[in-house]
Amino acid sequence: MEPILLKNVGRPDSHRLEHYVQSGGYRGIQNALKLKRDTIIQMMKDSGLRGRGGAGFSTGLKWSFIPKDPNLDKYLACNADESEPGTFKDRVIIEHDPHLLIEGIMIASYAIGAATAYIYIRGEYEFGARRLEQAIEEACANGYLGRRIFGSDHNLDVIVHRGAGAYICGEETALLESLEGLRAQPRFRPPFPALAGLYGKPTVINNVETLACVPSILDRGPEWFAAIGPQKSPGPKLFGVSGHVKKPGVYELSMDVTLRELIFDHCGGMRDHRAFKAVIPGGASAPMMPAADLDTPLDFESIAAKGSMLGSAGVIVMDESTCMVKTAFVINRFFSHESCGKCTPCRDGTPWISQILKRIENGQGREGDVELLESLCTGIFGRCFCALGDAAVMALRGALTHFGEEFAYHIAHKKCAVTN
Amino acid sequence: MLNEKTLKAIRNLEKDYPDKRSLVMGALWAAQRCGSGVLTKEDLESIAERLDISPVEVQAAATFYTMYNVLEPVGRYHIQVCHNIPCNLLDAEQIVAQVEKSLGIKNGETTADGKFSLTTVECLGSCGTAPMMQINDEYYENLTADKVDQILESLE
Repeated sequence: MEPILLKNVGRPDSHRLEHYVQSGGYRGIQNALKLKRDTIIQMMKDSGLRGRGGAGFSTGLKWSFIPKDPNLDKYLACNADESEPGTFKDRVIIEHDPHLLIEGIMIASYAIGAATAYIYIRGEYEFGARRLEQAIEEACANGYLGRRIFGSDHNLDVIVHRGAGAYICGEETALLESLEGLRAQPRFRPPFPALAGLYGKPTVINNVETLACVPSILDRGPEWFAAIGPQKSPGPKLFGVSGHVKKPGVYELSMDVTLRELIFDHCGGMRDHRAFKAVIPGGASAPMMPAADLDTPLDFESIAAKGSMLGSAGVIVMDESTCMVKTAFVINRFFSHESCGKCTPCRDGTPWISQILKRIENGQGREGDVELLESLCTGIFGRCFCALGDAAVMALRGALTHFGEEFAYHIAHKKCAVTN
Repeated sequence: MLNEKTLKAIRNLEKDYPDKRSLVMGALWAAQRCGSGVLTKEDLESIAERLDISPVEVQAAATFYTMYNVLEPVGRYHIQVCHNIPCNLLDAEQIVAQVEKSLGIKNGETTADGKFSLTTVECLGSCGTAPMMQINDEYYENLTADKVDQILESLE
């Protein structure tokens, strides 16, 4: 398909304003400023755009929840905290086409009536943060940001806010806490951020890729966008493919692409002539899928129907040499490390799981360990404040469901069936 | 004490937020980057005073986020090797072992001359170019053991 989100990536100086404008940039915002706010929100609904951060919620619907009272301050927060293991798509937009993101932020801010937008970017993306700051400076210097944008009565300041190493900041209410200068622990909902978000004001939180889709919808129309790919999951989608494939990287495709096509056609197949074993389709939180599921299209519903989730579309591919006990351990170690400590099942449960997985991996597993893991999963799932604990459980359950025999072998034989 | 450069950076942030407390993260970054690379107790107290909040509130934020070096010094070059699943699949363990061997330190340690520290970290968002590591602000990608040695030798 025609590249939309990555069309400028790879061009010299693609991050500069003049190049963005030359390729048709900042037309969407000029169209938007001639329209009523409700019209733009309706266009977003008609486009069918669903959030690219992981949840797949309708972007137009999210924007429509913001109160219309013009006397109320509102905020837009762009979630650029990309930290889900296996996910590296937003970084491409941030580093190579920052004006695409800024234009998306401008349109979203205008549609919801926000005069301030924050880009919450993970602290490790220092290069990307500087790129964004330079792009914002360029946009301000050319009158694209600041007072009376394009001669309208709309004002907008865009501020880059650096995180400092905490996966939980990708959770939208934890992100707001962090922006307010607190420890990033998720908030109780309701109230939802659309009514009481940043500083208690109505706030929309959108992912980088979601916002990067917005300018093209305003430029080419919602019908054009809705016609790309499957009806329920329309529009261009970035897939970040990593692991044991020949050509890892970020691919822009419509969501009717199957796992098999993505891995074997686009990514050149498996490395080192090894056979495919399993794939994690949506970042480390998503349960792994076996070879039998390779013909599943990568849209929200089809992946969910197979017991996994599209999530952030960070596609992690594993070959036959991969030990699933070790994989489960490495993934759970991450969740255990990133648990924010707010609630007990996650704070105490995830390190306990890690401890058990580590001993199984090291050949010291005990009879009953798999049952213990399963009972810990039951104790955590659905009992946590946010989705982090659930994610840890989903990832582990995926490994136990599809590769339970590897865990049993490790425990019975005190060694790995795959690597020995 | 916060130096003049840090204070200026903090003042520049004031216009960006309606509530001073929101400056905490930016102020901590400024103090760490413009100072010695370590956040001292005095730094935290001084930030608290500037933002009209208590030192314990600054400390609470500072110790939550892993990238702030609170009280604990790190080497001039902070080597952070990703050991999350995409890098692990492409043998990040070998990369960690190579850094350990070349520098004669273990994960979590600093060389005696204070030049290098080594830490394994979670996903840095560079999975398509795994295995990878970050040294200070720079990403080094598609690593091999040989490449690791070349990179370490190039750092003065």
